[in-house]
Amino acid sequence: MSQPIMDLAKIARDYTAAAEKTARRVIVCAGTGCVANGALKVVDAFVREIAAKGLPVTIELSKDEELVHGDAVLVSKSGCQGFCQMGPLVRIAPDGFLYTRVTADDVPEIIAETLVGNRAVERLLYHDPLTGETCRGTEDITFYKRQERTVLKDCGNIDPEDIREYISLGGYRAAERTWRELSPKAVCEEITLSGLRGRGGGGFPAGKKWEFARVQPGLKKYIICNGDEGDPGAFMDRSVMEGNPHSVIEGMMIAARGIGANEGYIYVRAEYPLAVKRVRKAVEEAAAMGILGDNIFGSGLSLHLHVMEGAGAFVCGEETALIASIEGKRGMPTPKPPFPAVSGLWGKPTIINNVETLACVPIVMNMGAAEFRRVGTQGSPGTKTFALTGHVVNTGLIEVPFGSTLREIVYNIGGGVTDDAGNITGEGFKSVQIGGPSGGCLTEEYLDLPLDFDSLKDAGAMVGSGGLVVMNQRTCMVSMARFFMQFIQNESCGKCVLCREGTKQMLSLLDDIIEGRADAGTLDLLEQLAGAVGKGSLCNLGKTAPNPVLSTLKSFRAEYEAHVFQKRCPAGRCKALLSPEILADKCKGCGLCLKVCPVGAITGERRQPHVINAEVCIKCGACAQACKFNAIVGM
Amino acid sequence: MENEKIVTVDGREIPIEGERNLLELCRKANIDIPTFCYHSDLSVYGACRLCLVDVKGRGVVASCSTAPEPGMVVRTTTEEIRGMRKIAVELLLAAHDRSCTTCGKSEACKLQSLARRLGVTEIRFKSTEKLEPVDHSSPSLVRDPNKCILCGDCVRMCHEIQGIGAIDFAHRGQKVMVLPSFGKGLNDVECVFCGQCASVCPTGALTVKSDVDAVWKAVNDPKKTVVVQIAPAVRVAIGESFGLKPGTVAIGQLVAALKQIGFDKVFDTSFTADLTVIEEGTEFVKRKTNGGRLPQFTSCCPGWVKFAEQYYPELFPNLSSCKSPQQMFGSLAREVLPKKLGVANEDLVVVSIMPCTAKKFEAGRPEFEHEGIRDVDFVLTTQELARMIEEAGINFNTLNPESLDLPFGFKTGAGVIFGVTGGVSEAVLRWAAEKVGGAPVEKVDYHEVRGQKGVREATVTVGGITLKLAVVHGLANARAIAEKVKAGTADYDFIEVMSCPGGCIGGAGQPIPNHPDCRNLRTRGIYDADKMLQVHKSQENPYIAETYAETLGEPNSPKAHHLLHTEYQSRRRISADGLDLMTGAGENRLTVSVCVGTSCYIRGAQDLLHALIRYVEDRGLLHAVDIKATFCYEQCDRGPSVMVGDTLLEKCTFEKAKAELENQLAAMKVE
Repeated sequence: MSQPIMDLAKIARDYTAAAEKTARRVIVCAGTGCVANGALKVVDAFVREIAAKGLPVTIELSKDEELVHGDAVLVSKSGCQGFCQMGPLVRIAPDGFLYTRVTADDVPEIIAETLVGNRAVERLLYHDPLTGETCRGTEDITFYKRQERTVLKDCGNIDPEDIREYISLGGYRAAERTWRELSPKAVCEEITLSGLRGRGGGGFPAGKKWEFARVQPGLKKYIICNGDEGDPGAFMDRSVMEGNPHSVIEGMMIAARGIGANEGYIYVRAEYPLAVKRVRKAVEEAAAMGILGDNIFGSGLSLHLHVMEGAGAFVCGEETALIASIEGKRGMPTPKPPFPAVSGLWGKPTIINNVETLACVPIVMNMGAAEFRRVGTQGSPGTKTFALTGHVVNTGLIEVPFGSTLREIVYNIGGGVTDDAGNITGEGFKSVQIGGPSGGCLTEEYLDLPLDFDSLKDAGAMVGSGGLVVMNQRTCMVSMARFFMQFIQNESCGKCVLCREGTKQMLSLLDDIIEGRADAGTLDLLEQLAGAVGKGSLCNLGKTAPNPVLSTLKSFRAEYEAHVFQKRCPAGRCKALLSPEILADKCKGCGLCLKVCPVGAITGERRQPHVINAEVCIKCGACAQACKFNAIVGM
Repeated sequence: MENEKIVTVDGREIPIEGERNLLELCRKANIDIPTFCYHSDLSVYGACRLCLVDVKGRGVVASCSTAPEPGMVVRTTTEEIRGMRKIAVELLLAAHDRSCTTCGKSEACKLQSLARRLGVTEIRFKSTEKLEPVDHSSPSLVRDPNKCILCGDCVRMCHEIQGIGAIDFAHRGQKVMVLPSFGKGLNDVECVFCGQCASVCPTGALTVKSDVDAVWKAVNDPKKTVVVQIAPAVRVAIGESFGLKPGTVAIGQLVAALKQIGFDKVFDTSFTADLTVIEEGTEFVKRKTNGGRLPQFTSCCPGWVKFAEQYYPELFPNLSSCKSPQQMFGSLAREVLPKKLGVANEDLVVVSIMPCTAKKFEAGRPEFEHEGIRDVDFVLTTQELARMIEEAGINFNTLNPESLDLPFGFKTGAGVIFGVTGGVSEAVLRWAAEKVGGAPVEKVDYHEVRGQKGVREATVTVGGITLKLAVVHGLANARAIAEKVKAGTADYDFIEVMSCPGGCIGGAGQPIPNHPDCRNLRTRGIYDADKMLQVHKSQENPYIAETYAETLGEPNSPKAHHLLHTEYQSRRRISADGLDLMTGAGENRLTVSVCVGTSCYIRGAQDLLHALIRYVEDRGLLHAVDIKATFCYEQCDRGPSVMVGDTLLEKCTFEKAKAELENQLAAMKVE
């Protein structure tokens, strides 16, 4: 081959030299959350206003170094910076300021104060809600301080749409080394030694999986990246694909080398348009540069990657269903065995890894297996990203080492438990739902459990894809279980009887409980059914479908029993079980409740205690809210 | 070590002898593991979750998708598994239209029998079924989605065995349904009415459309003379409905029952099968000796004929022009019987008893109707006839056999073996051996064409001529062989196609199989019936000779052609010739067709078409080039497709089309 072997180091050197010439860099978070809140308008405002001020501005470092002004401001869009709740986020380098909730209107002030005046705009900095202290940048903010951002390290820093940024930070060196110097066996061994486990839910050792595919005969094998993240509230994979797509591609390249694949697919759900766009662009850039394609790094071997959009079925995150979807068939799981590593896409050996797993791979190869194992627990080395949400002060995308405790996540990174309105009050911690709809609930007694794949499984939950919903005391756990059951039921592919019909009936039984129709037999039947669905379903979606029910039944049985036997919702959330009444001794007869009642259920003479007609009342709660004397109870 | 290949099933040691899964192994151990979705002929689907067993160390697994491994300890009916199976059946029943007493599948319904077997005595779940409209559009089948348990047997049957895919899953989760494309009626999609979907349907979701009432009405109408023909395969299966073993030849009882019901004359379709042998054989020998188009495909299976009309119109010249024996009988009956029986044609009712659901469709084809009178008025399947016999209160098993009426009740063994795969070929060989050689041949049995393999090839020498035959059953196999013929890579002389696995004895109109070896036993029954007859060659049927002498003249004569042969119509989805956009007057012309179907259009076919028209105008080639807009070349993923002369260009660009155009014009020496 006469094709010149590309020089990654030179690309990195050239780019860094160009970058160093710029005076400042304005990094606007362009993750989905910030974009939804107007981040792109902020970007436009910066470009417009900086130019209006007569300052040199650029949005892309030119490949021609001559064109870069020494004092130019580089305005770049990054992937998710994690602190979504406070977005749009703007970071100024090298100063390190992190501005929160920035709008286009704030831009002139930032330019005047920071870019020209070299001062921080105090009001846009983050203020710690507990201490009231002003935080200059990420290093001062508890939300970031307590994290260990490894996979997410460059997410939020680099421009995901410029491959040179990734290369300038050492990107594709691990891929280069594996394709030039390592045998497939050595690659699999290194990953096995690192103890890297699949981040998509199952926690299966990645190296072992690769080894299954590696030893399969045949020249045609596939590597697939599973970017069909579908858990409600989870956006870890989206953030990686949006924020650092090249790390995923590099992971796929290493995996492809390990198993001997020459073709691959990145399967991204279509509801992630930004991720689709950036992954596509990244693949195109890598291919244009010769990193992907034929004769990779002079090895004489090829790897071609395709980006494929999923059509939005949760079940397509299941690997056999995902394969069917790529093949153009209906996305339904098939029985295993045969496992995809033996017979996968188009019947060829196929490895499917999740986005985060693949993004870990270059990290492992760069630092070495032993170094990778230094973080995390014995059985679960490394870090894990979680989408932290629910009743906590700080929500967003976080990354912590395996072995961190829930207490650390909820109280330090999350900043503590809040009430429904987001204020830290005495509502108190009740539970976390971890691992998405198929995961489980953990109660207070697990707050100090070091989280990893095995400990969570033992506790009746799972790491899953990493959804983490914190719930306060005012949460009804039966309703919570019902919420997840509704999701699973909607997303069941409908193939196997137990999942299709079983989730429907579980939902119906939960409705009976929540709406006061349940009797002694209901809980028993629900448990039997949950057991059958969990043990007998065809795929893991079905097998884990009863988890929300089983885990809440285990930890909050009394709450179920209160619904069933006393027709009472302890959290006061289940409308059908409410019995609002007006306490005669507290009611002043002011008539306010009577006025706000939309259905005329309240009657009473002025200055006399009022009463609620239970037959008419729709339990909307308007009266209780209006009452100034707390005379209305039972809502 | 011998015990290395042993699985312990419920305490008994069962050797592994090539079983693909635990379910097969358990069946070998005479344990009938309950299942809806497992069929040995279809792919493993794993959806019904009834075949669960407990494997020591692994817990509960689906036996259909678990390979047996030496040393496994399997328990099939633990308390846990009993509970789970019960729940699965209860869940199905809760979502099912439980109008069982009036269901066509009552007593033959697997859901019903498994519910009973598994001790389901109550349904603890809320009923969730919502009534959907029933699809009555097909002449052959009724599709009732309210009875569907979504086991997917029909879907896989249609797709895997028949190679069609007329029905598939639609929607997701609890909204899943098995539907023809776009929710249309079965009559409006590519269904060939073979009914194999219904034959595997465990419930009443797909059933045979009943014409029993219409036939009763005709029988009970004193003005009408009702004659009936019985297809070969019916005689070896009807007994199953009355507890007899599959393969029991019950033609005598069948005749007696029909007579008792009130049919005026009972004839045998095997008679016109004999006629088919002579007509189709003559056609074949002509092709073979005159250098006609070969291979010749058989045309007696109406599912296959519709299949060919849908997918292979280009093979019409290969398809025998013979009508099927059912329709030959119809024409002949209308030609001969009014005079013979002294009855007006409009008062003659022709009924056929068939193993086949597609025959209902065939009888209704417009070309088989003249002046408002169908050649065959009604088609009853074996199942429907059994129901009539039951309704009439006839004790089938105690009937004294009666004989068929003449002349159309007389048949040879050749006509009877039409009922099995390979039978038509063998019958034609029995005729051809003597016809080609010009001398009597003693050999009757041609084992080379018998068997159950989906595609069988045989080379047979008759009368000094070597013939290469192919026998296929199952339309997916037919598709494979038709593709070979189309591509010119098949060197067969004669190809027999039957839609249903096993041939007509495996037709969807037959009683629901209640014996694991049903297909083989029926097949044996047919060959036994052949053996029991004195005459085995169609050419030795004296009434065939009489029919030629009195009615038809010579084989393949104009009269025979008029009565016994037919033509086919293309049913390709889009069969239009295309739209002429430019036609000139010159003699030596080249046609350029650009596909403007959706896929090609999206890929820029429209612009390409405009560019080509402009080019031809600018080059002054109007006299030599015709341009057409057309669709569809069915190369949608490789569009735009452009046909220049006889060359199909895929992923065509203007440059590509121009180059090919110029090439061909140069070859044609056009200036």
